[in-house]
Amino acid sequence: MKPFEFFSPITLAEASRILADHNGQGRALAGGTDLLIRMKRKQWTPRAVVSLNRVAGLNEIALNGDLKLGARVTLNQLIRSQIIRAHFPVLAQTARNMAGVQVRTLATIGGNLCNASPSADMAPPLMALNARAVIIGVEGERIVPLDEFFVGPGKSVLQPGEILREILVPRPNDFTRASYHKLEHRQAMDIAMVGVGVSVQIEHRTSNIENCSDVRIVLGAVAPTPLRAKRAEEILRGNILNEENIAHAARVAAEEAKPIDDVRSSMWYRREMVEVLTRRQLMELGDSRLEIGD
Amino acid sequence: MQRHHISLTVNGDSHELNIDPRQTLLQVLREDLELHGTHLGCDSGDCGACTVLLDNEPVPSCLVLAADADGRAVVTVEGLVQNGEPHAVQKAIVAHGGVQCGYCTPGIVVSSVALLQENPHPNEQQVREAIAGNLCRCTGYQKIIAAVVEVGAESGF
Repeated sequence: MKPFEFFSPITLAEASRILADHNGQGRALAGGTDLLIRMKRKQWTPRAVVSLNRVAGLNEIALNGDLKLGARVTLNQLIRSQIIRAHFPVLAQTARNMAGVQVRTLATIGGNLCNASPSADMAPPLMALNARAVIIGVEGERIVPLDEFFVGPGKSVLQPGEILREILVPRPNDFTRASYHKLEHRQAMDIAMVGVGVSVQIEHRTSNIENCSDVRIVLGAVAPTPLRAKRAEEILRGNILNEENIAHAARVAAEEAKPIDDVRSSMWYRREMVEVLTRRQLMELGDSRLEIGD
Repeated sequence: MQRHHISLTVNGDSHELNIDPRQTLLQVLREDLELHGTHLGCDSGDCGACTVLLDNEPVPSCLVLAADADGRAVVTVEGLVQNGEPHAVQKAIVAHGGVQCGYCTPGIVVSSVALLQENPHPNEQQVREAIAGNLCRCTGYQKIIAAVVEVGAESGF
């Protein structure tokens, strides 16, 4: 690692000021599971590392209306939280399929989002749940829908001096269901080849027919950023979740993906798998006989 | 180079240390405190050989800046030995023949102890999940898993 100065402030305002003073040459440290690797490889050579470890309140999970997830909430905290298991099981399931236990002790939601990897596993389910990012900077606070948070590979809307404080997720109603499926080479310690997050709101019109009043489909690892498949959503919004509509929407979602060939998978395969994962999840979520949860 | 002062409790002993901010917790354990049971493997959090308990939770110590561990408590594989007696997990892994080259063993022992603290009677699947972040290239895992399941089955909790 290149030399750097280490800071461990106790308020976000101070952390933000230190980062702003270093004018793009500072890095916030949350879990460190991405940051330290990049620093060891000298891909990133910050002059200041600002730990958020001692800032109070950043590891809180609270449900008062919206769900509030502090940026330093770890993946293991998500898995263990009663609030998450009861009301947002998709987030606990997603966390459980990331890395291994040791890394999950350290790795945080905020770190996963702020590193802005196209394959960040927390992004599709949180975007499917219509989450918002609360960002603190020297100038004050701003709230950005997570849909607009990612700019490109490794780039978010965060400016020098800005820090993600928390994620807000609207409380789902009784008719909301969400899931995230990740395709990987093995079941632990792997990065997604493709990840698809889906949420649906289902109005029960009669005992057999289910009308989908709202739907969000989010594709991971198949574009420069996590991507809403908006044309696919339009096909389903206000319509019946039957096999024909679902198959149509899944095909369109695959067309909306912009995958690349790389070491983990091919463009062709990723596109095919977007269709499969989208169709599979919509079929599961549309089937009221299935209990979705952990 | 700027030095950074930290307090660290390791296996119950308090230490005041002046470290380079670039040092990882793993480096401080091995180089400053000469606790060589915690191993450096991949140096990127993938292999689990450097697993220690930090405030009672398993972490890859190669991905923790020692400066960021200021004021916290660490348990390494050395700290699991009580009055010269190896931990039940260590004895079981030896008895089952779950050690070959031994490089991964300290990390696997620490991960297994962390699991047993949270879940005293894990089944095979739960052991597999708990050590999914620990790579072993020799044993094929079967004997390690059998050993940890046995410790859980025999524990008197």
